[in-house]
Amino acid sequence: MLVVTVATWLMKSSGPLALGDRQLPPNALKVTSLLAPVLLAGLVVVDLGGAKWDDLDWTQVLGVGVAGVARMLKAPMLLAVVCGVATTALVRLLVS
Amino acid sequence: MTAEVSGNGTARGAFAEGVRLGLGPAAATFVLALAYGAAAHNAGWGIALPLAFSGLAFSASAQFTLLTTLSAGGAVAAVTAAVLINARYVVMSVAINDSLRGGRLRRALQAQALADASFVIAHRGGGRFNIARLIGASVPQWMCWVTGTATGLLLAPSAHLLHSLGADVTFPAFFVVLALDELRKSRRAILAAALGASIAGVLLFVTTPGNALVAATAAAFIGVIGGRQQSDPRDAL
Repeated sequence: MLVVTVATWLMKSSGPLALGDRQLPPNALKVTSLLAPVLLAGLVVVDLGGAKWDDLDWTQVLGVGVAGVARMLKAPMLLAVVCGVATTALVRLLVS
Repeated sequence: MTAEVSGNGTARGAFAEGVRLGLGPAAATFVLALAYGAAAHNAGWGIALPLAFSGLAFSASAQFTLLTTLSAGGAVAAVTAAVLINARYVVMSVAINDSLRGGRLRRALQAQALADASFVIAHRGGGRFNIARLIGASVPQWMCWVTGTATGLLLAPSAHLLHSLGADVTFPAFFVVLALDELRKSRRAILAAALGASIAGVLLFVTTPGNALVAATAAAFIGVIGGRQQSDPRDAL
């Protein structure tokens, strides 16, 4: 636990420790400006699929999809997620 | 914290805005922490150690990875897997460095507030980040991560119960909601996200989820390919 904790601290600090107050070149900024959407897309895929896609569960995918649709229909963030969770819970109740 | 004036007023205002925006992900964090606490309890880790781990490491992915791989294999493999899954923080830390203020140590301390949702909440566009908002968004998430772990350790709800309630939907659903907000910013963001998702999806077949996630960040390099963007995104701010 101690090793993982210290490694996490160091990784979070790696940018400042390595670069100090040096600014990134413009091209690097163009890359970092796209990191947030790329990271989120990757997190969704990895969360849903798991190692070798063994964790893929259609009820979970359905819930996540419902949350996305609710958000696109202008639902507040938390309400959209609650809609997704409730959908999955309901479906699991019905199919169990 | 810096005294810079953010797009929404003072640093204090940005911090408060970050706290407000972080409440949603914090609710998801609490549910995830509940599951982590319950799993740690069932693994016989006691109360104090997993609670201290949550407070100090504040990293759901690494903590879950350590817990599950320790149960399945050796300590070295477990620690290696847990560290590798956090390698994305190196990329995120470099990305926010331009927006940090002060010397190396002060910047390093501010960077400890990095969390996936906070990174997105703090993104102002053009590769710039509001650090006060980053820290504000992480405060409720950290609190919910620690209190959720404690609740899970004490109540130890079964994995079956959490699955029945759809608890596993909370985090990917929040990521989808946050992603939709990011994708509205540009067509290039949509393209990069699609490419990142594809890379992660393919690599899941051949490597660990942590490695797949780090490799997916390579999709952001389409930012330097073609297009008629301004020469320096800082110019737009």
